[in-house]
Amino acid sequence: MANILELEHISKSFDGELVLDDLNLEIKENTFMTLLGPSGCGKTTTLRIIGGFTTPDTGRVLFEGRDITNLPPNKRHLNTVFQKYALFPHMNVGENIAYGLKIGGKSQSYIDSKIDYALKLVNMDGFKKRDVTQLSGGQQQRIAIARAIVNEPKVLLLDEPLGALDLKLRQDMQYELIRLKNELGITFIYVTHDQEEALTMSDTIVVMNQGYIQQMGSPENIYNEPENAFVATFIGDSNIIDSVMVRDELVRICGVNFPCVDTGFGVNKPVDVVIRPEDVVLDEAGKGQLDGVVTHLIFKGVHYEMEVMAGGFEWLVQSTVMQPVGKEVSLRVDPFNIQIMNKPESEDEEAVVVDV
Amino acid sequence: MSKKNKWLSAPYLGFILCGTVIPLLAILYFALVDKNGSFTLSNLASVAEPVHLKALGLSLLLAFATTVICLLLAFPLGLLLRKSGGKKGFVIFLLILPMWMNFLLRTIAWKILLQKTGVINTILGALGLKSLDIINTPTAVVLGMVYDFLPFMILPIYNVMIKIDNSLIEAAYDLGASQARVIKDVLLPLSMPGIISGITMTFVPSMTTFAISEILGGGNISLIGNIIEGEFLRGGSRNVGSGLSMVMMVFILISMALLNKFDKNGEGTVV
Amino acid sequence: MKKVGKALYIGLIFLFLYLPIFTLIVMSFNNNERTSGIWYGFTLRWFGEIFENHDMLEALINTLVIAIVSAVIATVVGVAASVGIMAYSRRQRALVLQLTNIPLVNAEIVTAVSLMMAFAMFGISLGMGTILFSHICFCLPYVILNVLPKLRQTGTSTYEAARDLGAGPVKAFFSVVLPDIMPGVATGFLMSFTMSVDDFVITYFTRGAGINTLSTLIYSQQKRGIRASMCALSTVIFLIVLVVLLIRYFLGNRTADKTVKQ
Repeated sequence: MANILELEHISKSFDGELVLDDLNLEIKENTFMTLLGPSGCGKTTTLRIIGGFTTPDTGRVLFEGRDITNLPPNKRHLNTVFQKYALFPHMNVGENIAYGLKIGGKSQSYIDSKIDYALKLVNMDGFKKRDVTQLSGGQQQRIAIARAIVNEPKVLLLDEPLGALDLKLRQDMQYELIRLKNELGITFIYVTHDQEEALTMSDTIVVMNQGYIQQMGSPENIYNEPENAFVATFIGDSNIIDSVMVRDELVRICGVNFPCVDTGFGVNKPVDVVIRPEDVVLDEAGKGQLDGVVTHLIFKGVHYEMEVMAGGFEWLVQSTVMQPVGKEVSLRVDPFNIQIMNKPESEDEEAVVVDV
Repeated sequence: MSKKNKWLSAPYLGFILCGTVIPLLAILYFALVDKNGSFTLSNLASVAEPVHLKALGLSLLLAFATTVICLLLAFPLGLLLRKSGGKKGFVIFLLILPMWMNFLLRTIAWKILLQKTGVINTILGALGLKSLDIINTPTAVVLGMVYDFLPFMILPIYNVMIKIDNSLIEAAYDLGASQARVIKDVLLPLSMPGIISGITMTFVPSMTTFAISEILGGGNISLIGNIIEGEFLRGGSRNVGSGLSMVMMVFILISMALLNKFDKNGEGTVV
Repeated sequence: MKKVGKALYIGLIFLFLYLPIFTLIVMSFNNNERTSGIWYGFTLRWFGEIFENHDMLEALINTLVIAIVSAVIATVVGVAASVGIMAYSRRQRALVLQLTNIPLVNAEIVTAVSLMMAFAMFGISLGMGTILFSHICFCLPYVILNVLPKLRQTGTSTYEAARDLGAGPVKAFFSVVLPDIMPGVATGFLMSFTMSVDDFVITYFTRGAGINTLSTLIYSQQKRGIRASMCALSTVIFLIVLVVLLIRYFLGNRTADKTVKQ
């Protein structure tokens, strides 16, 4: 698949504060790519640079190989779904959707058929004459999407479009967006700080922090093999433990040697170990690898969440089997579920650009 | 807080009754009677006298010109101030600060500036340019009215414009609109409430002023306000003055109704 | 180039707005009894003469007394009225608000002559009393339009909470509701004061013979030229207001933008 968008050496600072630092990103055609990170990580700035609302200080933006860095937004063949929808309050639903087509000088019959098509696509059939200010948040969201896609952009930019919706609606809209993307067959670039949203919808996730790309990969890849502590903590819950790599395929965690599958870290090298809470198996005391005592217990619906004090570390454990507080247990971790990461030597290194 | 508190508004109702309702009825009464208190329509009809008709026409014309000029000055200013992203508080501060100098004095200052031997002509003369001879003409009156009422056009427009969400403008650009189209399709219609209240706040006072025309017209320019003032305070007939006041009110009401109608039409014409 | 043009446009508009102000300030230093377009040399004596010009001092005192008294009364009556209006039914409220709006949208001269004719009809002789009454009338809408929205925002819950905790209705209002609506009350008061000081038309028609405010005194002088001491006084007032507003602005008081007339 060809690259539809390329960002080359993009840097941007606001009021002397560096928001993006030499960012490089290639976006393949027809993918659902998510820029994920905490607020202030530079994800929205990246999206705005692609949309043409912000000019980068340095670097180039290529669209289908063509440099569009200095092209104003109205000349770019991509459309944006804004965070707060940004529907024109003085136009009704149909007029909002028609706006881009009118400017493009399309015929009235073409526009009418496009409006009907787009309203059907977003399940808002029959809303053409409605006043946009009378619509609910979810409905406004759908109209904002319809308004963008009738222009047949090759890339659709979505800036935290579900942020203002309540949980149930947000989950529904996630499935809608996946369906839309598949029906339209175009590239979606989606910005969010919600890791669950990113994991659910994306083909590719780009985790960002402090203006750097921390990791880029498939949802499974990001979740199972976080490359640094930031990604590990940001995506899902995890136990990150100071440990020592004894030798290849053996790591000492909390004073106990655990077999693992990673190699090449050297001998007796300090490392960070990431273990997901659902990968920690609880056994009867003495039967596992590391003994401990349950200190907290919360029922979470699908599973129980427990904290276990073992080897001087408070382990977060998720299991469908309940162990009462105060019970002595033993921890066991499958070698494949131990993820080893190099310790960062400085904060800068933690934020270093990683190659995929 | 509770139904029992209704009585607290009683003094205010007294003020409305004695300060608004009764005076309006009083002037209506005086407009409909002659000096001896018997019913007549001649006070209302006196608007048809050539002097009055001319004054009314001139008032409408100058008020219209003033309003249009203020709007043409204020709307682009609103756009520029909105874009410049200056501190809202400071802009408003700069706009209302001049109002703390008595408005009559500020108008008189224009007289000093525009006089034949005034500051502006002295400067023009020194530069070897033709002197500006507009004092005591309708042009000077319009200039004075534009000066006095421009802040009342700028403030509501600016207040509305500054509240327009930037993402709406970005959305229009995103959908392919040029700058001119963004102004026409988004900024102008969304500024309409401010424009309408700006027009109201400019048109009514400039239609009814008598002080500005007296000061900058040098007694040569007779607006409907000057006629009414003369009838009441300079030995004219109070009944005729009341009649003319009623007619003027009707004209203002008609203008406002037209404005509202235009507003409603304006809303639907975007797409 | 485009940027220069924009800055020039903004600059010219503000120059237009401030040109007369500069003129008047310059005039107050001009060594000539009455304002004129000619420069007769620099003097400070008009500032000294402010205190010797009795007509002007009397007009100044009248202006301030009228403004303070009418703003205070309008504020008290207006706040009480707003609390009362809150208890109205929707229809009653709409009617009262329509009536409240009349002085705001009506032409000033019509308001003025109608008040004048009402006084005449009931044989009330024009004087300080009629000026005060008229000023209170046109100040009241500003108080109500600023206080009512605040009261609506505050709602009844804090008042009810105070009552629930044992406060009597009066105590509950002054200890809980009033502090909450204070910004609106203050804005209403300031706007009333400003409108009253700046008023010319209403005073002009409702004053008795021999009573002058600064506005009416200025108007009576306009044909022959304004006395330079009047310019000096206005300059002093303007500078005081400028300093007060600047202090307020830099203290970051956000209510500044609400003192906008209307």
